[in-house]
Amino acid sequence: MNSSVGSMNSSRVDAAPSVLLTGTSSDAHTWNLVHLQLVLEEIGHTVANLGPCVPDELVVESCLGLRPALVVVSSVNGHGFNDGLRLIRVLRARPELAGTTVVIGGKLVTDGLRNVGMVRRLTAAGYDRVFDDGELPAFRTFAARTPDRAVS
Amino acid sequence: MTPASFGGFVSRAHARGALVVQPRMGFGDPRQMREGLRRTRDAGAVTVGTLTLDSYTRVNDLAAARRAVRDGVPLNGYPICTHPAEVSRAMLDGVHEAAFPVQVRHGSARPEHIVSALLDLGLDATEGGPVSYCLPYGRTRLSDAVAAWRTACALLAEARTDTREPHLESFGGCMLGQLCPPSMLVALSVLEGLFFARHGLRSVSLSYAQQTSPEQDLEAMAALRALAGEFLPGIDTHLVVYAYMGVFPATRGGALRLLEEAARLAVASGAARLIVKTAAEAHRIPTIADNVEALRTAARAAEATTPRAAGAAAGSEVYEEAAVLVRTVLGLHDDVGEALLLAFRRGLLDIPYCLHPDNAGRTRSFIDTDGRLRWADTGLLPLPRTALTAARRVTSDELLTALTRVRRIYDQGGIR
Ligand code: B12
Repeated sequence: MNSSVGSMNSSRVDAAPSVLLTGTSSDAHTWNLVHLQLVLEEIGHTVANLGPCVPDELVVESCLGLRPALVVVSSVNGHGFNDGLRLIRVLRARPELAGTTVVIGGKLVTDGLRNVGMVRRLTAAGYDRVFDDGELPAFRTFAARTPDRAVS
Repeated sequence: MTPASFGGFVSRAHARGALVVQPRMGFGDPRQMREGLRRTRDAGAVTVGTLTLDSYTRVNDLAAARRAVRDGVPLNGYPICTHPAEVSRAMLDGVHEAAFPVQVRHGSARPEHIVSALLDLGLDATEGGPVSYCLPYGRTRLSDAVAAWRTACALLAEARTDTREPHLESFGGCMLGQLCPPSMLVALSVLEGLFFARHGLRSVSLSYAQQTSPEQDLEAMAALRALAGEFLPGIDTHLVVYAYMGVFPATRGGALRLLEEAARLAVASGAARLIVKTAAEAHRIPTIADNVEALRTAARAAEATTPRAAGAAAGSEVYEEAAVLVRTVLGLHDDVGEALLLAFRRGLLDIPYCLHPDNAGRTRSFIDTDGRLRWADTGLLPLPRTALTAARRVTSDELLTALTRVRRIYDQGGIR
């Protein structure tokens, strides 16, 4: 998958990106990824966007290869809780990635409810933050504090 | 046409002047799925049933589907390859019949496992296409999708008997759901319909998803009808409208008004079938009750609308662009699948904002001041060059404003 959003923008990504953005293994949606990439770039990040339907192994390999300061997992198809839980276990099992900041957000379940148990299980499994569908402002603030951001 | 066939059922309803309304509905649990089909059948409208499949089945991760069923993880659709065939047969038993055809809707670029499973259950109507189920649905290479859809079409066509006429609907009228100019949607629907016909299907439907301008939508439907007539003679073909496929209004009123507008578009433009969206669209997987409400709302709006006299399509902006796209692609190769591959490789077909590696990504679209969806940058498309915004990056806020335009209008009480 392209490291920038098609040719939509000339993302300055041939150097090491500061953020790795990825969909989950079963999720085909991409407008979320296109929009989140722009949001991150506007606050000075360089973004590698892995696109939709990313197998867990490809996320791991990309993290090991690119060593991003922040990994953003986005899912809206309703399987995000299940897929996200599996993914973080695989990522945290690699000692090299134990300290990488990893967050997840979107529409993570099929019933539209923000479920406290779900958030607790995701953070217990290793996510640093779980963002709700509407929490873009909080995400912007969070991502702006993450180190390795190009000062623009 | 045989009595049991999906295409035949829809054509007969259309001939009687009734719009067939259909949900997008799928649940992981067979009992709930059966109940959903039953209540679709009994909704008090002319309906056909739907099995919308879950995302694990779509990407052929059947191990994940199995684990989810075993652990009771809620799925976003029906796992047709995972529940034992006798469970699925019991789910359909006495519900799926000649008077209530059922279609399988999925979103799989490589659908052979799904087509085999549905045929095995006695079903024979499904949806998709080598482009429309590939570019918007993940990272499968387009060449693999073309090969897989050739096989899938052959499997369906081979299932034809004296009493069974398999049906395939192109999803070409959707392409990422939003911000794809109508001429591209119309062209892809026609090209996929032709692909199906060349691979043995005799009953197809061509789709178009409601966009940002009611006038432009009518124009697009007229173009679709005209091009279907030119390129698919002798094939049983009907047109299907999708209620808006982009970011949906968040309010119940807004969502239902947008659905009513889609029903009016379907009737006015002479479509035979409408796929509805529900008031839950913006928030979660719709319940059975959400779907029944949507089917009734759409059917009522349809009954209150009269078809327009079919205007001439030729000469309209949408028709002219779509005709050039279709003819250019068909001129590339005698085999439609090869022609599609060449067209995407050369950027002669190119979907705005599509991340797929086999999409050139040189085109951009915008919503014009008159509400029409137009090309901001035609990239390498065989259309008159425009490059309104090529020099400038779209900001995240501008993108979101375009994506949420329809939601805003209807949430605020428009268009009626
Ligand atoms: C367009 C669309 C599609 C297109 C997608 C094309 C594409 N390639 O992107 C098509 C038609 C192909 C499609 C297919 C499907 N879809 Co869809 N789709 C939508 C729709 C209508 C709009 C989504 C959109 O474009 N949003 C615009 C972007 C900018 O916003 P967003 O997606 O909400 O993302 C923002 C936030 O969620 C948040 N966010 C997301 N991730 C993260 C991560 C972090 C860290 C943070 C901070 C924030 C954040 O910020 C994002 C960017 O602004 C929504 C319903 C709606 N919203 O109206 C359904 C919807 C998302 N789809 C849904 C489903 C289930 C599917 C399918 C599985 C089919 C089905 N069973 O119905 C398939 C997917 C197949 C698969 N393998 O996954 C469901 C999900 C249900 C749920 N979560 O409970 C929805 C909600 C519709 C519904 N009510 O059923 N879909």
